[in-house]
Amino acid sequence: MNKNFNQVGRSVPRKDGPLKVKGEAIYTGDMVLPRMAYGRIKRSTYAHAIIKKIDYSKALELPGVLAVITGEEAPNKWGIVPQTANEVALAVGKVRFWGEGVAAVAAIDEETAEEALELIEVEYEPLPVLLDPKESIGRASEVRIHEDASDNILHAGEQLFGDPDKAFAECAYILEKEFQTSYVNHAFLEPHTSLASYDTQSGQLQVWSSTQVPHYLHRQLSIVLEMPMNKIRVTLPAIGGGFGGKGEASSADFCAALLSRKIGRPVKVTYERNEVFATNKGRHPCYMKMKIGLDKDGYIQAVDFNNTLDGGAYAGWGIVVMFYTASMIHLPYKVPNARARVRRVYTNKPTCGAMRGLGGVQPRFAMECMLDELAEMMGVSPYELKMKNAVESGYRSVSNLHVPHCEYKKCLQTAVEKSGYLDKHGKLPFGKGIGLSGGYYISGTAYTLYQAYKPHTTVLIRVDTEGGVTVHCAAADIGQGCNTVMAQMAAEALGVHYEDVHVVSGDTELGTFDLGSFASRVTYASGAAIKEAAAEINQKLKEVAAGMVGCRADQLEIKDRRFYSKFEPRKAIEWEKVVEAYTNAVGTLTGIGHFSPPRLKGIDLTRGVRVQGANIGHSPTFGFSCQIIEVDVDIDTGRVRVVKVTEAGDCGQAVNPMSVEGQVEGSILFGMGQALYEEMKVDPQGKLINPSLHDYKLPTAMELPEIDSTIVDSYDPTAPFGVKESGEGPIQPTIPAIANAVYDAIGVRFTDLPITPEKVLKALKQKKVN
Amino acid sequence: MKQLIELEINGRVYEVPVNPRDLLADVIRNKVGLTGTKKGCGQGDCGACTVLIDGEPVLSCITLAIACQGKKITTIEGMVADDGKLHPIQQAFVDHGAVQCGFCTPGMVLTSKALLDKNPRPSEEEIKRGIAGNICRCTGYKKIVEAIGAAAETISTEGVK
Repeated sequence: MNKNFNQVGRSVPRKDGPLKVKGEAIYTGDMVLPRMAYGRIKRSTYAHAIIKKIDYSKALELPGVLAVITGEEAPNKWGIVPQTANEVALAVGKVRFWGEGVAAVAAIDEETAEEALELIEVEYEPLPVLLDPKESIGRASEVRIHEDASDNILHAGEQLFGDPDKAFAECAYILEKEFQTSYVNHAFLEPHTSLASYDTQSGQLQVWSSTQVPHYLHRQLSIVLEMPMNKIRVTLPAIGGGFGGKGEASSADFCAALLSRKIGRPVKVTYERNEVFATNKGRHPCYMKMKIGLDKDGYIQAVDFNNTLDGGAYAGWGIVVMFYTASMIHLPYKVPNARARVRRVYTNKPTCGAMRGLGGVQPRFAMECMLDELAEMMGVSPYELKMKNAVESGYRSVSNLHVPHCEYKKCLQTAVEKSGYLDKHGKLPFGKGIGLSGGYYISGTAYTLYQAYKPHTTVLIRVDTEGGVTVHCAAADIGQGCNTVMAQMAAEALGVHYEDVHVVSGDTELGTFDLGSFASRVTYASGAAIKEAAAEINQKLKEVAAGMVGCRADQLEIKDRRFYSKFEPRKAIEWEKVVEAYTNAVGTLTGIGHFSPPRLKGIDLTRGVRVQGANIGHSPTFGFSCQIIEVDVDIDTGRVRVVKVTEAGDCGQAVNPMSVEGQVEGSILFGMGQALYEEMKVDPQGKLINPSLHDYKLPTAMELPEIDSTIVDSYDPTAPFGVKESGEGPIQPTIPAIANAVYDAIGVRFTDLPITPEKVLKALKQKKVN
Repeated sequence: MKQLIELEINGRVYEVPVNPRDLLADVIRNKVGLTGTKKGCGQGDCGACTVLIDGEPVLSCITLAIACQGKKITTIEGMVADDGKLHPIQQAFVDHGAVQCGFCTPGMVLTSKALLDKNPRPSEEEIKRGIAGNICRCTGYKKIVEAIGAAAETISTEGVK
């Protein structure tokens, strides 16, 4: 274990902070290119209808309109998961959700483009609208959303591990309950924007986009535009948040590119806020049934999980999210027997996709609330029950998930001690409550979304007298701060200072390969590649330095921008001088590193047989956390107010503690929103009722509770620099901790979200009657 | 339709041709070219487009540009001192980790400026209330509130304006 770091572990301010506070950071929407045109998308006013005719002749006649396109011009299907790719740039023949794009316009200015949309006439033949997944399945024989899904189900899976039926038969305590989660959107602040510039001479396309996944966008553009990837370059300006919502291509990208190719001018498409909601890709509402069995001592013997995911109109990330929900029941507690039956259903609503903590948030809500209730049934503290079942370093789940390192118990202990949970739980006056929840998340992902064995990340480090240290990697800094963290890790590995390192990221041409920002993978993956690249550079520089100071290369250490002999520290030389000597003799020095995650088979360990989808959710390591939340429930208004959150998290070695705190605090408010306020509402025709930041209620600073977070001492010896994740794990416990606190306050267990004042008042009334 | 108006932005007068319906945010961004002012919703809900008009925080995405003639407009670009030094609020945002994606930051900084100009030593509750109209989806607000508190401290001890 080497924790003797001096660059990793520093709370340095982020690299792009000064530009952002000055308003000088350039986002895609801020860019203007010579001859740039403006694109807008005409959107469907039906949730399910056949497109009989699109007449855009009047739009083309409007002065200033440069081009109009419809779906027929680019009918190739795209999708983040190639096996289920069923989306198109613009609807072809049929619309499947309210707000789906049916045509796009390019014009000399935004006003003209907007006016042209009004002149496009679309004739629809309405079809019955399916908005509820149960209804979708039930009426599949009469209404079909996709031709190739006769039951309106994208995919269904059944996973069996061990013998849960036998285990349940021997359990002393069994609880079975239903839960339901809501339809929520990421609400990142920067609406999707894409700027495409196609050069008719070279046939080269450059796209600047607010995306989290430059590589996957690159691939999808190649498919839809039928252009080789080496003719397309994707570049990320500053990105105004993503949270998963920019984890796929958007129709803004395709329309900008198609229009630009058609007119030979740059075209920019910027969404209005209602288009962000209409194209969604937010969290899947889940209809879950969970059964947990404990033996007489409180050890979990079996979990049975049944989940119907409302997927909305298209596939997107659906199959991955679905199997993640199944995978997520295997940690952070030891579950020897398990069954999951899951299905992801099409409905005529804006498609669901990836959202912070993908696939984990919903089953975590169910499981943590149920363990709270089971503890009560047993007459023990939820803390005791969770400690008893918590996994530890080296644990391997029955589904073959391997946890190389784990400080979950330390998280539970720390949060319990700091919050005074044991003195408060069950003892606070009516209306005040405290709730505990644990959580975990993957750290890095084990598989690409398409069949490939290529490394997930490549880092190229360049060292010379001109640039000092430059790290090239096409990772995406969407605001989470990976450029800063990569610079810190590179500085650590090279023995220089964070301030010396330049990072070139977010560009498929200048940066080397990276899969993108999702699955809490970037710190781990880039860290591993950085270490490898730096080792190559250090070796070459040491050979030169050795000659300069008069010792052997393997006797040298590099720290604080100095090479020195570990045996004779007086034999030392400045890092710059060595670089200068190397550059003068040989030229620019480069080192390259790759990261390929370890792969495990998704099998049932008890029988050794492969289980479909059980490899999803595998990752090199896992982050863990505990949150203890205190609430005040206003008995008169039904309003739940989160008063205090005590958090303790195992994110491995924190590369930048201030940045980790920012992820934790952001996650807590994000989770509070889903627990208490946020919900996209749809009318009976499938139209969104609240597609604005006025009617879709986000937490404001007024909802900020007291937050006491602790980064528990942790170092994963199998991970580069000991790191894990911190961006998605901390949202996992928030919702169940609030629900458990509300129960502690008023004795009502809420199983559907959000826990609104109306629901609280109704439940209190019901309680009085009973 | 278009008329030439004068807008005083960050101490400089700009002559811009506008339609009566043109919104201040669009004019500042597209015609004046100061893109630090952000548009997150276009409906006055998120606060990213906040600018100061005669020292008061105003949502520029729902304000008509022609109504701003003869007024002093401050955008985020006007916060930096003439020697390029960050305003103490900006510095505090950087130092305290109050910036993540940065899209809310310009509006947040200007709202904070208006708050501290009126109330140089606000309580935590007053800070929260002051920025309640500005949505941040990344930070969870904690570090923003802390940064504003720290900036208030700096301004009142060092007298920086």
